[in-house]
Amino acid sequence: MSREQKSIFQNIDWTITGLFVVLLFLGWLNIYAAVFNDEHSSIFDISQKYGKQLMWITGALLIAIVVLIIDANFFTAFPFPIYIACCLTLISVIFFGTEISGSKSWFRFGDFGLQPAEFGKFAVCLALAKYMSSLDTQMARFQTKVIAFFIILFPALIIILEKETGTALVYTAFIFVMFREGFSGNIMLGGFFTVLLLISALLVNKVVLVILLAVIAVVVAIAIWVSSRNRKKAKQFIMGVFALLVVASAGVYGVDHAFSKMAPHQKVRINVFLGKDVGKDLKKKAGYNVNQSLIAIGSGGFAGKGFLQGTQTKYNFVPEQSTDFIFCTVGEEWGFLGSAVVLFLFLALILRIIFIAERQRSSFSRIYGYGVASILFFHVTVNVGMTIGLAPVIGIPLPFFSYGGSSLWAFTILLFIFIKLDSNRLLILR
Amino acid sequence: MASQQFSDRKYVILAIFSAIILIFLARLFYIQIVDDQYKLTARNQAFRYMTDYPARGNIFDRKGKRLVYNQAAYDLMVIPKQVKDLDTIDFCKVLGIDKETFRKRMLKAKQAPNSPLKPSVFEKEISIEHSAILNEKLYKFSGFFLVSRTLRKYPSSIAAHLLGYVGEVAPEMIDTSSYYKNGDYIGISGMEKAYELPLRGVKGIHIEVVDVHNRPQGSYMNGIYDTLAVAGKDIECTLDASLQEYGEKLMQNKIGSIVAIEPSTGEILAFVSSPSYDPNLLIGSTLPKNFVTLQQDSLTPLFNRALMASYPPGSTFKLVMTLIAQNEKVLTRSSSFFCAGGYNYGGARPLKCDAHHGYLELPAGIAHSCNTYFCNVFRVVMDNRKYAKMEDVFSVWRNHVTSFGIGRHLNTDIPNELRGSLPTIPHYNKVFGAHRWHTSTIISLAIGQGELGITPIQNANVVCVIANKGFYFIPHTVRSINKNPNDSLLLRFREKHFAMVTDTSYYNVVIEGMNEVVKHGTAAASQIPGIDYCAKTGTAENKRVINGKVIQLKDHSMFIAFAPKENPKIAIAVAVENAGWGAAWAAPIASLMIEKYLTDSISRPLVEKKMLEGDIVHSNIIGKQKK
Repeated sequence: MSREQKSIFQNIDWTITGLFVVLLFLGWLNIYAAVFNDEHSSIFDISQKYGKQLMWITGALLIAIVVLIIDANFFTAFPFPIYIACCLTLISVIFFGTEISGSKSWFRFGDFGLQPAEFGKFAVCLALAKYMSSLDTQMARFQTKVIAFFIILFPALIIILEKETGTALVYTAFIFVMFREGFSGNIMLGGFFTVLLLISALLVNKVVLVILLAVIAVVVAIAIWVSSRNRKKAKQFIMGVFALLVVASAGVYGVDHAFSKMAPHQKVRINVFLGKDVGKDLKKKAGYNVNQSLIAIGSGGFAGKGFLQGTQTKYNFVPEQSTDFIFCTVGEEWGFLGSAVVLFLFLALILRIIFIAERQRSSFSRIYGYGVASILFFHVTVNVGMTIGLAPVIGIPLPFFSYGGSSLWAFTILLFIFIKLDSNRLLILR
Repeated sequence: MASQQFSDRKYVILAIFSAIILIFLARLFYIQIVDDQYKLTARNQAFRYMTDYPARGNIFDRKGKRLVYNQAAYDLMVIPKQVKDLDTIDFCKVLGIDKETFRKRMLKAKQAPNSPLKPSVFEKEISIEHSAILNEKLYKFSGFFLVSRTLRKYPSSIAAHLLGYVGEVAPEMIDTSSYYKNGDYIGISGMEKAYELPLRGVKGIHIEVVDVHNRPQGSYMNGIYDTLAVAGKDIECTLDASLQEYGEKLMQNKIGSIVAIEPSTGEILAFVSSPSYDPNLLIGSTLPKNFVTLQQDSLTPLFNRALMASYPPGSTFKLVMTLIAQNEKVLTRSSSFFCAGGYNYGGARPLKCDAHHGYLELPAGIAHSCNTYFCNVFRVVMDNRKYAKMEDVFSVWRNHVTSFGIGRHLNTDIPNELRGSLPTIPHYNKVFGAHRWHTSTIISLAIGQGELGITPIQNANVVCVIANKGFYFIPHTVRSINKNPNDSLLLRFREKHFAMVTDTSYYNVVIEGMNEVVKHGTAAASQIPGIDYCAKTGTAENKRVINGKVIQLKDHSMFIAFAPKENPKIAIAVAVENAGWGAAWAAPIASLMIEKYLTDSISRPLVEKKMLEGDIVHSNIIGKQKK
C-alpha cells in the first residue's frame, strides 16, 4: 500500500523467472533432439514437434505476461468461481471431449488440443489457499480437514473418471501443503505406513503378512502393558492396537480384491514396478519402456553422447520420448553432467519458491506457493523417477520439458500467479 | 498465527525434497557411470557392425601366369523378421527348392545361433548368372538380399598340394583369434595357409545405425569409427606353371613326386606329388563332400608326398658320404677300393654290389654307384683314429649330414613339413646296447638304407648344396608379395645356409662323378642332347612290416640331378614308388623335366611318350593279382 506499481515487471522475482526461461529453453532443445530428423532439420519447422513446441512456448510467454498484467486481487478474490468453472470444464470434457488412446480428457481444435485436467492444478491450488487462509480455518479441526480434502479430491475424482489416473495422482502432492499448514505429521506417517502396507500386501503372501502384523501387535501390546502404570489407559491402548490390526488385515485383503478389479495393463504395470514375475512376454511389453529408458540414460555416460547424437532416443528405441520420457534425451545426450544440471535447476526452482513462500506476509500467498512447489516436485519426482526405474510408470509430464501445450500453459499459469502474488506481497495483507 | 506456529515444518519439506533429488543423482551416477551394461545394450540395439570382406590376393607363377584368383558368387541372406507377405510358391520356384526345404531353412535362420532380427545365410554360393535372375525378382521378397562372396578359382588345375585350399574357419580358431568370425574363410593348407596374412587382407567394419524397427539410418557419426577393408596382396609364386603342368603329366599313373629347385635362389620351380587332385574340387560348399571322397581314395591323393613322404635315399646318399669323407680327410679323388661284387662286413652275407667292379677311384665309384666302394668310404669315416669312441665319430658324421638339411625341418614355407629320419646315438644304444654297435652294425647307412628317411624336398635341397658347392637357400614358394621381393616374410629365404663341407674342391670331385653318371654311368640312357648335366641314380629298398613279417616290396626309383653342369639353373629330385631302378623311371622323368625347363622343348619324343604313358600304379596292381 505504500508503493504504487509502476510496471508489471517491477518487483517480480527474477530468479524464478530466469529459471523458468532456462528450463523452457532446455526443454525445447531436448524435444528438438528427441524427434530430430534430417529432412526437417530446422528447429523452427512448424510441421515438427519442435516447431509446434515453439508456438506453445510463445503462447506460454504471452500467458505469463497476461497473468502479470491481471490485478493480483483477481486471484485472491475469485478462487472459488475459478475452481467451480474448472470443475465444470472437467466434467464437460467427459461428455464433449475427444477420446484419445482410451482417455476422454481432450478438447481438440484442429491440430491442437487442450487438456483441462492440467489446468485443474492451479484452480485447486487457488481454492485451497483461499480456504485455508481464511481467518476462521483451523487445521486441527475435523471439519477443516474434510473440506480441504474435498477441495483437493473432487477434481481428482473427475479426472479419474476421464481415465487420466496419472494426472489425478498429482493431487496427492497437496499433502505437503497440508502438512506445512499444521496437518498432523502422524497422519502423514500413518499414510506412509498405509501405503507401505498396501504395497506389501501385493508383494508378500497375505497370510504371512497378517501373521506378521499380529505378532507385531502382540509385542506392542505387551510392551504397553509392561511399561504403563495406568492399567485402565493401557487397556484402552491395547484395544486400539488390536482394532488397528483388524483394520490393517482387512486392508491387506481389500487391496488384493481391489487389485483384481483393476484393468489388466494397470495390473501388469504395478507388478512390473514391484518386480513381480508377470511372465516373460508381458514383462517385456510392460517393462519395455522403462528398460529402453534406462538403456538410453545409462548409455549417456558421464558427459553424454552430444547434442543430436543420441542413438536410442533419435531412432525411437525409447517410446514417448518427447513427452513423458523426455528426460531420456537429457540423460543420453548430456550424460550425468547434464542430468545433474537439470535436476539442480528444478531443485533450485522449487527451493526458491518455498523460500519466497515463507517470506509472504499473507497466508494465501504462502499456501499457494507451497502448492506450486509441491506440484512441481511431484511431477519431477514421478517423471524422472519413472525414467530411471525408481518410480512406477505414471504418465505425467516433466514440467517445461515435455512436449505439449496444456501442461506447459498450466505450469506457466500456476507459476506466474505465484510470481504475481509475490510481486504484490507488500500490497496484500492476506 | 498458523504460519508462525508451523514454520519449522518447512525444514522437513526442504529435507524431503532435497533428499529425493540426491537419491536420483545417486541412481543416475550408478546407471550412467558405474554400470556398463546399458552402454553395451545401447550399442547392441542401435548398431549393426557390418563387415566388408576384402578380395583375397591372387597367386601368379614366376612368369606372370595366373594360378589362383577369385570368382564372384552371391549368398542369399534373409532377415526373418522382415519377411512379409511372401509368395512362398513363387519364391521357391525362383530358387528351385521345395516348400519343405524352405520351411526348414527359415526355421534354421530364426533359431539360435541365428536370430530373426539378424541376417543369416539362406542359400550359399549362387552363381553370377543365377543371381542376376534372382536380383530382378528380389524386390518381391522383402527380407531377402544378396551379399557378394568370393570363391577361389584355380584356372589351370595344377599344383594342388602347393597352393593348398581355403575353407570355412574352424570353431577352435574362432575361439583363439579375435579376427575370424563364424563363416569366414581361411587358408587351410599349402600357400593359402602359409601366406594367409598377406593373402586375406584386412576386413573392414562399418557401423550402421538402425532404428527400433531395424531399419538402417546411415553410418554412425559419418563413419569416423569405420575401418576400410584392405584388399589381400597378390603373390608371385616361384613355380613355373608350364614345368609344373608337364611334371604332373609325366607323373600320371605313377605314385611319387618331383621337386625342382633353382639352386641359386632356393625357389621351387616344380612341386609335383602324384596322384594329385583338381584344386577346384575343394572350393566353397562343395569342399566337405569332395574332401571326404578324396580322403577315402586308396591312392591318398591328398597326401603331399613331395613334402611328407620319407624314403630311404638309396644311392643318392653316396654323394653326401663322399663329401663328408673328403672333409674328414680320409678320402681323396684317387682313393681306390676293390670291388669283388660285395662288401664283407662280418655278417652272414656280404652287402651285395650289382657288379664286379674291380679297382675303382672315387668318380668311377659314383658313376657306377658301387656299393662296395661306399661301404669302404663309410668304414674309413667311421674308423677314423682321430676319434676315441664310436659315439664321437658318429656324432661328427651326424652333424655333417644334418648340415645338408637331412633329418631336420628345412623350414620351408610349405606347412606340415616332415623331418624325415636320421638315427641318433640313443636310438642305436637302445637297439644294440651301449657301446655294442660299430661301423659294421650300421653299414647300411653307407648306401642310404637302414634307418635313413629323406623327403623329396630334402633330397632336392641336397642337390642344391652340391650345385652351389657348399650352401643352400631354404626352398620356398614365393618370389614376391605385392611385387615386393623384400617383404619381411621373404627375408629368411635370402639367407645362405652353409653345409659343414665348404671346400669347393670336394664338391668338384662329386660333380665330376655325377657328370660321369650321365656320361657313361647308371644314367647314361637319360642323356639330354646338348645339355651337360650331373646326376645320381638311386634305388631305395622298400621293406614294409606286414602282419609282423618284413616283406620286400618293389624298390622305389630315385633320381637326383642338377643342370647344366656349369652355372646350374635347376636342381631336381624325382621319386617314383615301386618302379624299380632309379635309371628306369626317375632318371628319364628328371631328364625330361630338365630339358623342358632349359630348352622349353623335348628332343626325345620316344622317351617322353614312354614316360607319359607309363602306368606303374595299374601294372603293379595287375602284377599282384597275377601272383
